[in-house]
Amino acid sequence: MVMLVMTSDVYAEVVAYCLERLPEEACGMLAGPAAEQGMAYYGNEVCAFYPARNAAGSARLYTVDPLDHLRADRDVEMRGLVILGVVHSHTHTEPYPSPVDIDQAPDPKWHYVIVGLGRPLPTMRAYSIHAGQVIEKELLIGGLRHEHAQLII
Amino acid sequence: MPVEIRLPSILRVHADGKSTVEGNGSTVGEILEDMVNVYPGMDGQIVTADGSLHKFVNVYLNDDDIRYLSNLDTLVSDGDTISILPAVAGG
Repeated sequence: MVMLVMTSDVYAEVVAYCLERLPEEACGMLAGPAAEQGMAYYGNEVCAFYPARNAAGSARLYTVDPLDHLRADRDVEMRGLVILGVVHSHTHTEPYPSPVDIDQAPDPKWHYVIVGLGRPLPTMRAYSIHAGQVIEKELLIGGLRHEHAQLII
Repeated sequence: MPVEIRLPSILRVHADGKSTVEGNGSTVGEILEDMVNVYPGMDGQIVTADGSLHKFVNVYLNDDDIRYLSNLDTLVSDGDTISILPAVAGG
């Protein structure tokens, strides 16, 4: 299984932002260093979160505000990082890609992270989405498997 | 007049892995067309067959979305930067 690694700081920032943006869906970009081997513009270690406004202003849909995306892209470049994927929240449903998520996934090599807020504890999952196919990734947060990290961070 | 074009990761594979390339022309449309002539793998991914901007792509001239300027007919000046980003949305 492909793995996504996220720092505990980024995890905490993402979950806090998702809760803060309720009742709307929250969204933002994830960044980190490019992988040392293979293509130089993708990677698997998230170290930065760029919160974005949800231009859709909805509890069921999100659109990353294009200007926030542009600003994130520039900052990422200045820091020598790359955009690795996108995160958004599901306010009432399980953290699994919706048909709209699958249909509109822009990059087959990105990580698609979803935070489910429908249970007492926020639940984060990571996926790849390519040609309509969804594959869950193993998610490590601060060196811990996500189901353990979520209990203590 | 060469203008810098910043590429999203999904297009870099068609530009020998480069994050920025150059294009020549006096409008955004001409510059993008010049870029596609050099990197034909991008053909159809930014501008559709009918000549309009693809709905899942955002193109910026410096800080401005070209859809709020003159779209692909937006005039470009020396020192401008064009940024191409995928539209990111879901549900």
